[in-house]
Amino acid sequence: MSDLTRLTISQARAKLRGKEITATEITEAYLSAIDRANPALNAYVAVTGDKARDMAKASDARLVKGEGGALEGIPLGIKDLFGTEGVHTQACSHVLDGFKPRYESTVTANLWADGAVMLGKLNMDEFAMGSSNETSYYGPVINPWRRSRLDTVVMPTTHQGDGGFVSAGGTRTQRSLDNAQLVPGGSSGGSATAVSAFLCAGATATDTGGSIRQPAAFTGTVGIKPTYGRCSRWGIVAFASSLDQAGPIARDVRDAAILLKSMASVDPKDTTSVDRPVPDYEAAIGKPIKGMKVGIPKEYRVDGMPEEIEALWQKGIAWLRDAGAEIVDISLPHTKYALPAYYIVAPAEASSNLARYDGVRYGLRVPGKDIVEMYEKTRAAGFGREVKRRIMIGTYVLSAGYYDAYYLQAQKVRNLIKRDFENVFAAGVDVILTPATPSAAFGIADEDMAADPVKMYLNDIFTVTVNMAGLPGIAVPAGLDPKGLPLGLQLIGRPFEEETLFQTAAIIEQAAGTFQPEKWW
Amino acid sequence: MSVDVKTVKRVARLARIAVSEEDAERMTGELNAILGFVEQLNEVDVSGVEPMTSVTPMDMKKRRDVVTDGNKAADIVANAPATEENFFLVPKVVE
Repeated sequence: MSDLTRLTISQARAKLRGKEITATEITEAYLSAIDRANPALNAYVAVTGDKARDMAKASDARLVKGEGGALEGIPLGIKDLFGTEGVHTQACSHVLDGFKPRYESTVTANLWADGAVMLGKLNMDEFAMGSSNETSYYGPVINPWRRSRLDTVVMPTTHQGDGGFVSAGGTRTQRSLDNAQLVPGGSSGGSATAVSAFLCAGATATDTGGSIRQPAAFTGTVGIKPTYGRCSRWGIVAFASSLDQAGPIARDVRDAAILLKSMASVDPKDTTSVDRPVPDYEAAIGKPIKGMKVGIPKEYRVDGMPEEIEALWQKGIAWLRDAGAEIVDISLPHTKYALPAYYIVAPAEASSNLARYDGVRYGLRVPGKDIVEMYEKTRAAGFGREVKRRIMIGTYVLSAGYYDAYYLQAQKVRNLIKRDFENVFAAGVDVILTPATPSAAFGIADEDMAADPVKMYLNDIFTVTVNMAGLPGIAVPAGLDPKGLPLGLQLIGRPFEEETLFQTAAIIEQAAGTFQPEKWW
Repeated sequence: MSVDVKTVKRVARLARIAVSEEDAERMTGELNAILGFVEQLNEVDVSGVEPMTSVTPMDMKKRRDVVTDGNKAADIVANAPATEENFFLVPKVVE
């Protein structure tokens, strides 16, 4: 039998239901792939082998009886931000040392109710704060993609092939992988790497400013951040509550649609969960986009954007036009203010949400001479640099005398950003096409980004607007850059019109194909 | 606006994060870089604009005022670093 880890969720689903394979077989295949790859890629921070085997066994019993759920027997990885009962849940922070919740998040409970199998918990930036997965207490995740270069090799005249291109003069060009390690993006870097490197069939992720879409773009995977309120936030470690949304990272558009269908729900335990039935997202795939109005926002053409990103965007426009869509130029005038407004709103909410880590109720405690010293020492030892930086910014902008100048101003600007989108949608635009990121994946320990936190923040320049306005956005792989690294396009939709995103993303996928890294790990 | 080391130490105190002299110096530079970046928001004309209070236009869900959960003391203290008989233990706060 061929490698079961290579099956997409839709393929595995068919084979499981057809009794060609068992949940136990596919689960074992993933567990041994994780065993071999994790030392090199560091995607998992906890592997739940025994639990996975038990869940797979139960799935097999249901499959035999023909009672399988929508995800019966499908092995998934779970971002460490999701509360999973009795299982490592630390948001990849030291401050939550040893935390094993006594409850299950609504999103993961929905997945298990549909029969999915949990392989383990995935690495991420600490408290989802980061764009490279380098702020994790558990160390960086490595991108399975590497840069490659084209070498000209002189060939003996009798040989050719091996996947290279034969040229007229007896030479051929050959791609060889560069050894430099790249980041998978963040904060859902473990999810993106695990999906891209075939260490799970799909993964849960969360997105506060781009944390699903940027890593998806960096790893050639599909990631969707649904509309704010579509997935319950109950049981997910909170970062910035008005921006956080859960969503899947998957190998193709169909798999993302299958996963979102199970993750999304109406939840009385989350007051921001919206009372709307969850549609069958998969049914949107394959529908024509003839006559659909696609907006191209001029503000997303930023200074210093690499040529290949612009070229990719143009290719995307051409694919959608060829499929019958009407392309219209649009303006979202407050785009440039989204990132600065985000760096007030998100840290402000984070400083409040993270006040609970005080060494009393869970996780790490560092003793002090009195209770305040205990708080201060615990938080100093438990939080990493980026998290402290954001708590400090948030505390400052919310402190007496500064609230109006910073927080109130940012929340007003946020309404203007939202209004920009509303105007465009009111004018008949169905979906907006932009690049997903301003560059391809960059190197681990990039010196420029380490020296200036704002440089790292600029990674989210195209994705953060969507969180500020609460809209759905999907990143879909659209090609490779000249160094052989994946690049993604982003589609932004009207609130709760995720179906339009899947429908349109499927057209891009059909034109661009799917992308897998060459295995070196 | 920019912050000095003294302000950074005051904010760290408010945030209950112990900082060394060296940390405070480093954070001052980092915070000023971020505050410099967000400064551009001041050029936006927000006259007549309400601050956002709800991402999705919806009424906040309400539930009946009844007990739906509880009797989970053991679960609640299960992850605490120090407990005694379902109480959280903290350093002495009252003399």
